[in-house]
Amino acid sequence: MRHSTRIAVGPVQFRIGSDWAGPVAALERLYAGYPEDDARPADATVRLFAARPWRRWLRPSVHIGGDFVVPDALPLPLSMGLLAAEMGMNLQVALGWRRHMLLHASAVAKDGRALIMSGESGSGKSTLAALLGEGGWRLMGDEFTLIDPAGGDAFAFPRAVSIKNEAIAEVSARVDAARLGPLLAGTPKGDIRHLIPRPDAIAAMHEPARPALLLFPRFGGETTIEPMGEGEAFVRLTEASTNYVALGEAGFAALTRLVRETPAFGISYPDSAAGIALVGQLWADAAT
Amino acid sequence: MTDRAYRAAPPGALRVEPLGELTAIFDRRSMQTHLVVSPMPEILAAMGAEACDVATLAARLAASFELDGEADVRPILAERLAELAATGLVERA
Repeated sequence: MRHSTRIAVGPVQFRIGSDWAGPVAALERLYAGYPEDDARPADATVRLFAARPWRRWLRPSVHIGGDFVVPDALPLPLSMGLLAAEMGMNLQVALGWRRHMLLHASAVAKDGRALIMSGESGSGKSTLAALLGEGGWRLMGDEFTLIDPAGGDAFAFPRAVSIKNEAIAEVSARVDAARLGPLLAGTPKGDIRHLIPRPDAIAAMHEPARPALLLFPRFGGETTIEPMGEGEAFVRLTEASTNYVALGEAGFAALTRLVRETPAFGISYPDSAAGIALVGQLWADAAT
Repeated sequence: MTDRAYRAAPPGALRVEPLGELTAIFDRRSMQTHLVVSPMPEILAAMGAEACDVATLAARLAASFELDGEADVRPILAERLAELAATGLVERA
């Protein structure tokens, strides 16, 4: 690879190689404030490579590769190299990480306790986490939350937050433009703009937090709160975990403990303000 | 219909964790997670170490639970046992 960089997000040390300078430069800008430890071996390798050597110049198109490869991963145009890098990083973690149980969930923390939000793309979990992270919470991550199988603590994976579509304007209005990446318009996931987490969230990225509240948000519709039983939360989180099966009994034990010890709710909300109000209310109840 | 006998999993093979209305069962032999509802956990708990047929099981369950007539419960128990056997949580003796 002609261009490469190393990035540490939470416990994961990435090595990213690219045939082009652009995606690596964009990543280095987004991750400039993250701790660097070049002596540490990489846990995951992401490669962005040209399909054929001549394509690098003629019609630049980025293929995603790495330790794990999804055969039908679409090549993305070079202008979306940053998205390709992000997808590659997610893929390597989702498929390769074994030290923690991985939940496809966002998380924020306060006073050493974590609020974990699990939902499909479009549920608003990223936006809620980003907005809470601009308030009195520490952003732990917008995409993955790591659960220590032995102790049950949540660990952060605070990659640059992927803000999508309508949420871009809402988040951009609240943060310094220097903390935003370039607008990636018309990607397969819609418009995307990355938000660099606050420096305090990056500095605290190795600090565990005890899971205290589990939410399953749904963006749109009336404001509702539905308490969720342990069994349903368990089923949903097995579906939200990318490595539950691979972890075997350790994953089973971690997940049963998580749903037993952590109150869970399904919530619907019509807009971010209502979502944040719901979180505040449920957090106050969970904290007492 | 013959009363088939079934045998429970050997001690330590299953990890059973009640989660409210559901019970999660991890089978250490297959590494599979099974989610079951009542009366499956009760049936598994009543099986004991020896091979057990439906009549014996119905009698044991009747001792712990109020059943609507032991005879009526037998065909239902036979079905549930066959389902448990299909998941590998019990096996035919």
